Amino acid sequence: MAELVLDKRSRPKAGKTWPKPEGATNLREYQVYRYDPDTQENPRIDTYFVDLDDCGPMILDGLLWIKNNIDPTLTLRRSCREGICGSCAMNIDGANTLACTKGMDEVSKGAVKVYPLPHMPVVKDLVPDLSTFYEQHKSVQPWLQTKSPTPDTEWLQSREDRAKLDGLYECILCACCSTSCPSYWWNGEKYLGPAVLLQAYRWLIDSRDEATSERLDDLEDPFKLYRCHTIMNCAKVCPKGLNPAKAIAEIKKMMIERKVA
Amino acid sequence: MAQQFRPTSPHLSVYRFTLTMTMSIIHRVLGVGLYLGTILFVLWLGAAALGQDQLGGVQGFFAHPIIQVGLFLYTWTLFHHMAGGIKHFIWDTGSGFDAASRETITIATLVFSIAATLVVWALFVWF
Repeated sequence: MAELVLDKRSRPKAGKTWPKPEGATNLREYQVYRYDPDTQENPRIDTYFVDLDDCGPMILDGLLWIKNNIDPTLTLRRSCREGICGSCAMNIDGANTLACTKGMDEVSKGAVKVYPLPHMPVVKDLVPDLSTFYEQHKSVQPWLQTKSPTPDTEWLQSREDRAKLDGLYECILCACCSTSCPSYWWNGEKYLGPAVLLQAYRWLIDSRDEATSERLDDLEDPFKLYRCHTIMNCAKVCPKGLNPAKAIAEIKKMMIERKVA
Repeated sequence: MAQQFRPTSPHLSVYRFTLTMTMSIIHRVLGVGLYLGTILFVLWLGAAALGQDQLGGVQGFFAHPIIQVGLFLYTWTLFHHMAGGIKHFIWDTGSGFDAASRETITIATLVFSIAATLVVWALFVWF
């Protein structure tokens, strides 16, 4: 059964308001989720003020400015700062996205609210534990599987078949979509979630892959695939503009097609 | 080493509701609503089967303003759940997933269900 409300120890409390930087005139307020695993305290929401005249334009720039200038204990993942690694996925202004590609000017009014990806176990501050997510990805065996004898050169593919992978291979596994999905919130242990199912579909429609039937067998399950109720948050939120909901619908169609075939 | 406690990050309380998400929840709630409305419908059907007196009694009960509101909502529930069913059928075919279509289809279910409810009540109840 879905637990709609956070357990007592997970509920964020009011946190600290850090002093405004001295002499700064162009400020932006940040409200950031904090959790320190070394204490027994609940998570809290800290308030910071970023000097925009001394800071880059993106949300990630603001978070790093806070870390460099106000509070070095603020913990977050980031790497490429250009939307290709997926490390800085978090919940910003009520929706999941990458902090590096979201501009502060896109959060129009009031404070910039920053939380970790929703309904995940929090390691520290903005860092969620993605172990289950990665295990689920591993479970769909995301690699080319073949039965035919290996050719002397490459496994060839027509241009048309290659085009079927567009909109799928670009996924960076940032988990924005899966953690935006209420179905994944309530059944995240058993439902594979949009990101992993999009990956599953990427191998299902690869013309070179010869394990299609086994892959479909694995997904034929009340939870793994069919917990998708086309809520569409995944498609709306993907920072790469991909459409996991559509990929899942295509898998459901493949399931039916092989039954009537 | 024992696994350390890890808080669950906030979800419903921080996520900004999207249109499609809201309508998905409403579709479920209305599914439950159909059960309640069907009780009223069966009551009416049963009374009609029993005889004129019983039917008159139920008709009198249905004339109560609160029950009238309930019946009005039941009519809307029927239309909206049907429209939602058609919407999901379209999505099951793999169509209507792009950003513009999915929003349009969702708004269309609302417009249709409200309009159809008003038309039915205008024709059969109000005028």
